[in-house]
Amino acid sequence: MSEKTVDRVARATPVRIARKIRGFSDRTIAWIFVGPTIFLLLAINIFPLIWTVNLSFTDFKANRINRAVEYVGTRNYERILNDPDVWLSMQATAHFLFWTIFFQVLIGFTLAWLINKKFRGNDLWTTIIVLPMMLSPAVVGNFWTFLYQPQIGLFNYVVAFLTGKDPSSFEMLGSVDLAPWSIVIVDTWMWTPFVMLICLAGMRSIPDYIYEAAEIDRASKLRQFFTITIPMVLPFLMLAVLFRGIENFKMFDLVVQLTGGGPGSTTELASIHLKREAFEKWRTGYSSAIAIILFVTVFGLASIYVKALNKVKER
Amino acid sequence: MSYSVTESSSRQKWIAGTLVILYAVITLVPLGWIMITGFKTPPDSISYPPKVFFEPSVEGYVNLFTTRTRVSKETLESLPPPTNFAEEIVRNREMVIAGPSKFGQRFMNSVIIGFGSTFLSVFLGTLAAYAFSRFKIPLADDLLFFILSTRMMPPIAVAIPIFLMYRNLGLSDTHLGMILLYTAVNISLAVWLLKGFIDEIPREYEDAALIDGYTRFQAFYKVVLPQAATGIASTAIFCLIFSWNEYAFAVLLTSGTAQTAPPFIPTIIGVGGLDWPAVAAGATLFLIPVMIFTIMLRKHLLRGITFGAVRK
Repeated sequence: MSEKTVDRVARATPVRIARKIRGFSDRTIAWIFVGPTIFLLLAINIFPLIWTVNLSFTDFKANRINRAVEYVGTRNYERILNDPDVWLSMQATAHFLFWTIFFQVLIGFTLAWLINKKFRGNDLWTTIIVLPMMLSPAVVGNFWTFLYQPQIGLFNYVVAFLTGKDPSSFEMLGSVDLAPWSIVIVDTWMWTPFVMLICLAGMRSIPDYIYEAAEIDRASKLRQFFTITIPMVLPFLMLAVLFRGIENFKMFDLVVQLTGGGPGSTTELASIHLKREAFEKWRTGYSSAIAIILFVTVFGLASIYVKALNKVKER
Repeated sequence: MSYSVTESSSRQKWIAGTLVILYAVITLVPLGWIMITGFKTPPDSISYPPKVFFEPSVEGYVNLFTTRTRVSKETLESLPPPTNFAEEIVRNREMVIAGPSKFGQRFMNSVIIGFGSTFLSVFLGTLAAYAFSRFKIPLADDLLFFILSTRMMPPIAVAIPIFLMYRNLGLSDTHLGMILLYTAVNISLAVWLLKGFIDEIPREYEDAALIDGYTRFQAFYKVVLPQAATGIASTAIFCLIFSWNEYAFAVLLTSGTAQTAPPFIPTIIGVGGLDWPAVAAGATLFLIPVMIFTIMLRKHLLRGITFGAVRK
């Protein structure tokens, strides 16, 4: 591959050698190349964001454009802090975040550890396991509502088969107790491979000679696992957790299709609450303030993420 | 045969393999269920207990692509015999085909918006990534972080002003509007991934070309681009998959002309409740391209999903 390029460069040289004009300076080219990207992001991300900040201090309603808009100062923010619905949605988000990450780390790490035993065909099975996470969350969520049907759904049938219960005796999506778990199950099914892949990369990055040295020092396999495998994989695991944290904090499509936030508001995660406020109740000003609070939280997580990312890269 | 302390024993491998395969099979069951439901008849799809063995039918696919109206027995008998298999299936349910459904058009929207935004984000992303990789740009790290941070925004949080902005510019429910929006979302991934790929190409190639009289542009597209081809291709597939799967913006900003498949598929309804085989058929057609792409991408998968942070 490398030879080919060198050859190609060499071949083209005699024709070009007469050319004296070098065109633009590197500095100009740098700005021509970076400019459009920055412009697009400013126009479609930053400008809307600033607009949101502005709206968050008003009582604007997007479905009534002709109504006079009043600036209400920080009233929207004060209301949010005292709004029990916001706190409920935060609780739902926390429950979702904690348990999805817990299960995904547990199962993902175990799977990676098993795959790293390098049994025959492990590459093929890894690819198969990875499939769910690349699929459209909305379409998958929609389909899981079918699997969760009390009478006809496969999930209920399998659970009933395993536990001996009546398959129509429980409703995963319809009951207040089970709905928060139903979304945890689907998200875990979908995203465990993500944690698994990252852990696997971590395990594969550990050079064999470290284990060989430990073996010479007569460290037990258990000890090797806790003093070599775990600490070496930890930065990778942290990265996976942060990534899942950010993604699930803004979770929308999967859950909105599964439960739509219901029953009541038991699975109304932050993004779904925001969507209801903004596009169903049309409290644009108020929901802009929620959006800003969400964004600041995610941005904070993102900064930590980038630092962690750099640490992983240094290794 | 040499003995290695890091190589697992064959018994361990056997146990590990069995457990992993068991997990893989369980994880495939929901996907498999989607696919086989697409080939069931509506009564079969909602039977209790769920049917694993059934007589396959393409009724789901017929229902997915057509709209039907119920007619009386007399009218049904007065019609000429059905000309194709689709007609026959529909007639058996005492209905006639009224016309094509919107699915084909929604699917095409997904294709147009997906490819349009992928092309744009890879094009812009390659330029930006090259500049970040090769030139000294003031505050480069901050700019890169800024680019990444735009991806971290919850879509619903920016959807409010984009909704208002698009309404004012006449971009709501247009292909162009959605292409621009998805480009803006994808470009962070494109820049970060491609920067990683371009960083891996030795600078010496370009230096040689520059010394030989190439201009920067020539060195860029004659030397760097061919070297980065694999990276560009895998970045493009990632962007395509994202645009393909995106739902939040699509459901808020489109309703008709530019609506993509993900918001459409859940709204497929039959007579008396959801037509599950048709939904399953739509989901299958929609998910299969992504599965194929995932298998094609398997070597770069990790890199793509971590924005280039972890490389194998």
